[in-house]
Amino acid sequence: MAIRINGTEVAPPEDARVSLLDLLRERLHLTGTKLGCNQGACGACTVLVDGNRVLSCLTLAVQVDGRTVTTIEGLGADGLHPLQAAFLEHDGLQCGYCTPGQICAASAMLAEVEAGVPSYVTRDLSGPVRLSRDEVRERMSGNLCRCGAHNGIVDAILAVAAERAA
Amino acid sequence: MTPVSYLRAGSAADALRLGAVQGHRLLGGGTNLVDLMRKGVEQPGVLVDVTGLPALIEEAADGSIVIGAAARNSSVAAHPLVRTRYPMLSRAILGGASAQIRNMATVGGNLLQRTRCLYFADAAGSRCNKREPGSGCDARGGFTRYHAILGASPACIATHPSDMAVALAALDARVHLASAEGVRTLSLLDLHRLPGDRPDLETVLAPGEMIVAIELPPSDVAARSIYRKVRDRASYAFALVSVAAGLALDGDRIVDVRIALGGVAAKPWRALRAEATLRGGPATAEAFARAAEVELAEAAPLPGNAFKVPLATRTMAAVLAQLSGEQA
Repeated sequence: MAIRINGTEVAPPEDARVSLLDLLRERLHLTGTKLGCNQGACGACTVLVDGNRVLSCLTLAVQVDGRTVTTIEGLGADGLHPLQAAFLEHDGLQCGYCTPGQICAASAMLAEVEAGVPSYVTRDLSGPVRLSRDEVRERMSGNLCRCGAHNGIVDAILAVAAERAA
Repeated sequence: MTPVSYLRAGSAADALRLGAVQGHRLLGGGTNLVDLMRKGVEQPGVLVDVTGLPALIEEAADGSIVIGAAARNSSVAAHPLVRTRYPMLSRAILGGASAQIRNMATVGGNLLQRTRCLYFADAAGSRCNKREPGSGCDARGGFTRYHAILGASPACIATHPSDMAVALAALDARVHLASAEGVRTLSLLDLHRLPGDRPDLETVLAPGEMIVAIELPPSDVAARSIYRKVRDRASYAFALVSVAAGLALDGDRIVDVRIALGGVAAKPWRALRAEATLRGGPATAEAFARAAEVELAEAAPLPGNAFKVPLATRTMAAVLAQLSGEQA
């Protein structure tokens, strides 16, 4: 089998201890995905596996053998992704270290909202989801920004959501 | 991390055979186990990936909902049957961890996750009776803000970190187990053990036994149920105290009630005494406050977590008031 990463098939590592994060950064030199806490607390390493957002630091690469991985390099392969453009427009970053994880997480989050997935702050669990600031903040709480660019990040995500709805 | 091999279980029989071998560990999403391996707390020789096992969420003939142990937390929380019939379970899961971790974590792994006690995780620098039986407990006298106020022992004051399990405890969920000897079912309330003098023994699972499914029985109280989590930040933090509760009313009279607490003990804490106090009585703020006090009467807090006793009492009373239609 193989791991399909941004459209390219890659053999899983021999050593089962290699995390998906280390496979991406150290072996494939896809350094867009960032190493933050390495213990599942910061979200900097967020990537998409079969379209779902996961933490690559807590995923062993062998676990995703046979599955599809998309990183920030994949999202931005055809020029700036709308979320990347919106982060620039709305100052959704300062140092930029958490940004790839933020954007991967946000892209999956918008898909979750479109699929009607509720969050902890959704009032009516059986009704449609309306994306408010509170909803975005709750849904993006797994991605920390130590520069404190969260307001710009929320603005950027809401702008893309509004564009899509239009 | 010490060297480890990786295998995938293609079937439950496969998982039972491979998982029963000494030094082998079942691997779900890995959100807790991989982290503990990196910290040197867990050192399995072989990981047996069970995420390919049944993950279906289905309604049984008797109206129960059966959830395969490999179902991801996010799938359970978003499932229409869970959202409409057991809202406290959806809310509990959605209140736990982050979206990324909920996408990874399995139901079986969630129940069997280890405590987040900092001293347990600090293999190099702290004594821990759970990690190394008989070695001592450095949490006692240390930073105990996240530690237990109910059911703890001199050997261990760790709490169980799951939100999902708190709702399952309130819902009288049943756990389907399998081993080479056959299958059995037990109440979720009987799955986890209190620490006593063997905090290293966390559940009643026999060696080689595994969780294959969770069953939610039909419930009169679940449709009107909520989960409230009190924590140090608004999201993505473990509970200081949490309350899962469901209420069935006939006018102002309490027909039935289910309450469980999280963040207070080594297992999800079903508030049976509070329930008994309330059942058949009036749904008033006074009754809710009294029931909460009855439940917390035997709390044995430490200086660092004494705040949890009034916090749990007030949160329980507030949640019940909210369910009964009062503002809280």
